[in-house]
Amino acid sequence: MSASLLPAPSADARLRYVLRLADTSLILGQRLAEWVGHAPALEEDLGLANIALDLIGQARLLLSYAGELEGRGRSEDDLAFLRDAPQFLNLTLVEQPNGDFGRTLVRQLLVSAWQLELFEALQGCADARLAEIAAKALKETRYHLRYSASWIVRLGDGTAESHARVQNALDELWQFTGELFAEDEVDAAMLAAGIAPSAAPLKASWLARIDAVLAEATLIRPADSVFPWHGRGGVHTEHLGYMLAEMQFLQRAYPGAQW
Amino acid sequence: MSLVSPLAQVETDWQREVWRLLGEVTDPEIPILSIIDLGIVRYVRGASRDELQVGLTPTYSGCPATEVIRRSVEEKLARAGFGHAVIETQLAPAWSSDWITPAGRVKLAAYGIAPPAEAVANPKRLFGAAQVSCPRCRSAATRLVSEFGSTPCKAHYQCTACLEPFDYFKCI
Repeated sequence: MSASLLPAPSADARLRYVLRLADTSLILGQRLAEWVGHAPALEEDLGLANIALDLIGQARLLLSYAGELEGRGRSEDDLAFLRDAPQFLNLTLVEQPNGDFGRTLVRQLLVSAWQLELFEALQGCADARLAEIAAKALKETRYHLRYSASWIVRLGDGTAESHARVQNALDELWQFTGELFAEDEVDAAMLAAGIAPSAAPLKASWLARIDAVLAEATLIRPADSVFPWHGRGGVHTEHLGYMLAEMQFLQRAYPGAQW
Repeated sequence: MSLVSPLAQVETDWQREVWRLLGEVTDPEIPILSIIDLGIVRYVRGASRDELQVGLTPTYSGCPATEVIRRSVEEKLARAGFGHAVIETQLAPAWSSDWITPAGRVKLAAYGIAPPAEAVANPKRLFGAAQVSCPRCRSAATRLVSEFGSTPCKAHYQCTACLEPFDYFKCI
């Protein structure tokens, strides 16, 4: 996909940066919520639902902030339920379907380790509002990472079947990890403003964490893909549209409906 | 981060009355704990009782109890004549389980929920080995069942001595 197909960069890099973080938490939270009532055991059902709850809570804080930055009077709900796929700026990785429990946990490990490094950097950033949201989210993310890492170790270093399943999931999902550390004009503007951390040291810390878990899990890290994904630019895989159709149905069918 | 003592902030009789009322508002998920025990009341302030501001902080970003607690506080204060109270949400500094009061920890244990085992000392450690004691038989022989229990703030443990499953209030 060539860069010319991407939407023109907004004048407000900060708004786009916050929306990327918000949408990544929201879409991953919604994906995890699909497990409610379907997880392999009650404890895991609760675990995935609680991580989803944390992520949706983070998304609410971030979307409210994005609404204020935008200045058009849109609430967190307006932004979550009344935007279409090209306006969502989440990482392509988080919209990927759950697959089996192991695949869901591989995705979670990759994202939680990334969020941990990112929130750790953002809690001291030049944007006070973003810093306080990051400081709060960071505490929650530590448990998400513990949960997903311990499961990947159990499954990877488990039976031949569980090992094969999580290795396959890792092989399929790894191609989306390049986007976690891509740097475009939004990132450059936020880096210059003292808000975003620079990508290279972030990637090094993330990789060290991931490699440690994979080694204990006896899993092989796949080769990096050169294909660039652009979920953060609003260009998504087909999966996001189907997911939004379900997530947004109620507000689309009954505009303004409230609990 | 030190706990903000309710008494340290008391300046007037009406503020003392507000703290007393807040001590009667409980967490809907853990009804033996007041919101003061939980450490989520961050301030009570205002030049007069008609300009009362109460600052609350959420425990977890997505905790559904936050909204319920906010409404409970509003209702409680309105019934006591503080109808103009403004309830504010304060996000920073982020809530810590270290802010649960000593009285709150005792109440948790008596209720069957193991209180947070340690101060949040080593946040970088990925796989923790917190020493969690069984709230029923006091045995230290316990095992983690799941990092997440019935609510985001709790983990699920089992005592390997008395075999009782129990909730553990996580360090955060």
